[in-house]
Amino acid sequence: MSRTVSAAKAAAVTEEIREIEITEADFEPVPESERDTDIIVRPSVSYWKDAFRRITHDRVAMVSLAFIAVIVLLAVFAPLFSRFQYETNDLASSNLPPSAEHWFGTDTLGRDLWARVWVGARISLIVGLFGAIVPQALGIVIGGIAGYFGGWVDMVIMRIIDVGVCIPELIYITLIMLYLGSGPLPLILAFAMVGWMGSARMIRGRIMQFKNREFVLASKSLGGTPFHLIFRSIFPNILGQQVVSLTASIPGAIFMEAYLSFIGLGIQSPLTSWGQLSQVGAGNYRLHPYQLFIPGILISLTILALYLFGNSLRDALDPHLRD
Amino acid sequence: MRKYILRRLIISVITVWLIATSCFFLLRTLPGNPFQTTSLLSPDMVERMMHYYGLDRSLWEQYITYMQNLLHGNFGYSLKYAGQSVNGIIASTFPLSAQLGLQAYFLSIPLGFLFGIIAARCRGKAVDYGLVGFSVLGVSVPVFILAAMLQYVFAIRLKWLPVAQWKSFQHTILPTITLAFSSIAGRTRSMRTFMLEIVNEDYIKTAKAKGLSKYKIIWSHQIRNAVIPMIPTMGMEIVGMLMGSFVVEQIYAIPGIGAQFVTSVQNLDYTMTLGLTVFFGVFVVTANFIVDMIYGIVDPRIRVR
Amino acid sequence: MKHLLEVKNLKVSFDTYAGEVQAVRGVSFHLDQGETLAIVGESGCGKSVSIQTVMRIVPMPPARIKEGSILYNGEELADKSDAEMEQYRGNEMAMIFQDSMTSLNPTMRVGKQLMEGILKHQKTGRDEARRRVLAMLKEVGIPDPESAFRRYPHTMSGGQRQRVMIAMALCCGPKILFADEPTTALDVTMQAQILDLIGRLQRQYDMGVVLITHDLGVVAKMADRINVMYAGRIVESGTSRQIFYHPSHPYTLGLLGAMPNLIQERKEELYNIPGAPPDLFAPPPGCAFAGRCRYCMGVCRRADAPEFTTEDGHISRCWLLDERGKKYRPEGFGGRTAEKGGSDDE
Repeated sequence: MSRTVSAAKAAAVTEEIREIEITEADFEPVPESERDTDIIVRPSVSYWKDAFRRITHDRVAMVSLAFIAVIVLLAVFAPLFSRFQYETNDLASSNLPPSAEHWFGTDTLGRDLWARVWVGARISLIVGLFGAIVPQALGIVIGGIAGYFGGWVDMVIMRIIDVGVCIPELIYITLIMLYLGSGPLPLILAFAMVGWMGSARMIRGRIMQFKNREFVLASKSLGGTPFHLIFRSIFPNILGQQVVSLTASIPGAIFMEAYLSFIGLGIQSPLTSWGQLSQVGAGNYRLHPYQLFIPGILISLTILALYLFGNSLRDALDPHLRD
Repeated sequence: MRKYILRRLIISVITVWLIATSCFFLLRTLPGNPFQTTSLLSPDMVERMMHYYGLDRSLWEQYITYMQNLLHGNFGYSLKYAGQSVNGIIASTFPLSAQLGLQAYFLSIPLGFLFGIIAARCRGKAVDYGLVGFSVLGVSVPVFILAAMLQYVFAIRLKWLPVAQWKSFQHTILPTITLAFSSIAGRTRSMRTFMLEIVNEDYIKTAKAKGLSKYKIIWSHQIRNAVIPMIPTMGMEIVGMLMGSFVVEQIYAIPGIGAQFVTSVQNLDYTMTLGLTVFFGVFVVTANFIVDMIYGIVDPRIRVR
Repeated sequence: MKHLLEVKNLKVSFDTYAGEVQAVRGVSFHLDQGETLAIVGESGCGKSVSIQTVMRIVPMPPARIKEGSILYNGEELADKSDAEMEQYRGNEMAMIFQDSMTSLNPTMRVGKQLMEGILKHQKTGRDEARRRVLAMLKEVGIPDPESAFRRYPHTMSGGQRQRVMIAMALCCGPKILFADEPTTALDVTMQAQILDLIGRLQRQYDMGVVLITHDLGVVAKMADRINVMYAGRIVESGTSRQIFYHPSHPYTLGLLGAMPNLIQERKEELYNIPGAPPDLFAPPPGCAFAGRCRYCMGVCRRADAPEFTTEDGHISRCWLLDERGKKYRPEGFGGRTAEKGGSDDE
């Protein structure tokens, strides 16, 4: 059997080849040392670096972030440089519409709304941030304990959660607020007591899922301690997701504060928040619409910005979800 | 399946009991007594009132009486308004809230699904961007702002609809839209997401390989599987409608159960608050139970567990 | 001679946010009635994408046919619209997938899923469709078709589900069956049964079968001809005999070396191919396999090899087959007689 080897006539291929001149010398084997078995064409970037690159290239995320930054700066500095104190009454100048003197107008007691809105922003943002962080941190700890130790510890915690999630949040928070009184700290505490269950369940699920994965088993078989295991092997793998869900729950906490203050439970005058301002504003918005719409629009835009930024962050941190 | 139902039933009963118990102790151990706020009563009167309502007995005795009453379906009495029972209040206020909630719910379900399907289908086109924009807006505007805006535009400026109160069908339109709005937005968004996720499932490839048309695949394979993961949240959503209605009823001056709850909280009417809370708890647990049952029927995989 | 299916110079790319991934870079093959063609290669080499492109079930976008033609019975399929393709899918050509668990709709009864195809392609009523489905289930060896008809996929075993998949693929009597790793998810005894079943039905219906796999054991059992794919190209193509006895590409050598041989007693270790396939975002300028090839020459890195074809149709893309690379060929490469043949490239 004679096997005559001939070059193919596949046009596309031969064309490419003609461009390059091939000489006899090219047919020298490449020594083993020079061979590169893993040609990495794309530079490999770390997860966080890659996420950072994505998020900074996302225009929606950057605009949202800029907006949030402006709000935060105003919340921090505006009350310091305001000519009016947020709690000073001046009945002579009550219910003034926005003007050069009172930029956002005044309320029924003649208090300057520019000052009140930004003091309110401080409270709303602080409650939003810590009202998201504290429950989640608590949830991580409890969920971590349940997922890591398993057995009856897990059983008890999971049954508590099973029952707990059946109870409407707002009702429980309301009752806790009745007990703790109004103010930012009671709000955060109430959020923590109610909000840990969701994230505990999620963390537990993730740990259960990772517990039997090869890389964790590998770490275990190399003698990794439980502590080491959680913080070095499992934690980095769920960190991204946690950041995402944290960002997602900040708007929720701001919302909840607004609702509670609106029904008169969260923050009460003379202290203020965006929710409290809206509650007062809603009482007389037909005569003085600015008293409701200024805080209302600020809540809406801030939540919108947080929400859009959260979405972009999720896309950046979890490329699998990206469509 | 029977085991599944039984398990869910037991959990539900325990949940109701826990709600009742924890609320009872939470509210009864609140500092002070409810009659302190009114200075009209002499100390002697307060004592007699306390005795009348059984508040001078030990906490355990009160708890047992309370639970006994509860087992007979008696939610308790108002401390503020003599002679008014919680059951009576529920009977007069809940139908309004239920009507409002159901109207909003049945407005939001078809619209949310429809918008989600349309957005997923027209992905990347103007329609999709419009619907996504709407859904983002819907979750970022607080209910009281939305309500105020709707009132301002449709009632005060255009005078098409009444501003507030609950008298005719016209009166229910604005509150219903207000209550349904964020839920439509949320559902649009999740339906779109699930629809897009399912496009990448292997069984969609199989359906395609069978030669089924696009619309047939969407109708018989995509939609059902996209709706299933949304069912558990739909139970909580009825609850969400109740929660939203706290504010909505307040703004539209609707004498519903949500407004009643807020009033009783503001009046420090503890027994009323307690009674209403437990009622909400029973309601929510029942709703969740029913939803779980539906879930078990719709998704055959659940029944095996 | 007109082939049943003829794919010429097919190029498929995926447009992703990071750039274009050239998943299939110029693939040509053909299939005749009644024969079995195996496409072999490691995961990500483009074997699934190329046949899913033929069936047009790969999502477009992001995928896109850049170039090439797909002839079915002489008809061009590459230009057909999605709606026109519906008439071919399931009816003229059908497909079975690797994972029967995820490939069946979990919330629809098996019977209904089977009937869908028949109702779409054949003018029959529901009763007739049901009768055919039951007959088909029996044909593929499901013990109690009546009860299987009413079951949900998750209540069946993996082997049964794969039988259902086969029944579903064949219920409209297609001329071509694409089998994408049909046995990978099954245990070994079940693998043999499923392969026997496919073989039997192939003879019965006189179908052309394209078998995609990375398992050379499966290939040896089933295939008439073999295409070896690497990094989006067919690097070697020939009859089973040619590929197994005269492998002419170092990658094929590697694949064969990586397969344990029970009959021949070998003292040497299993040969493994070092490294990983190249990134198809930016395919290397030369031979895609050069980086992992133990016979790599200077030319391999600069230019991709042309197709070298023997008289009896054995094609390989390797520079070792060039006259100038002759002295570096390993013993037995390209068949014992390969060195006798002179190279006559231009």
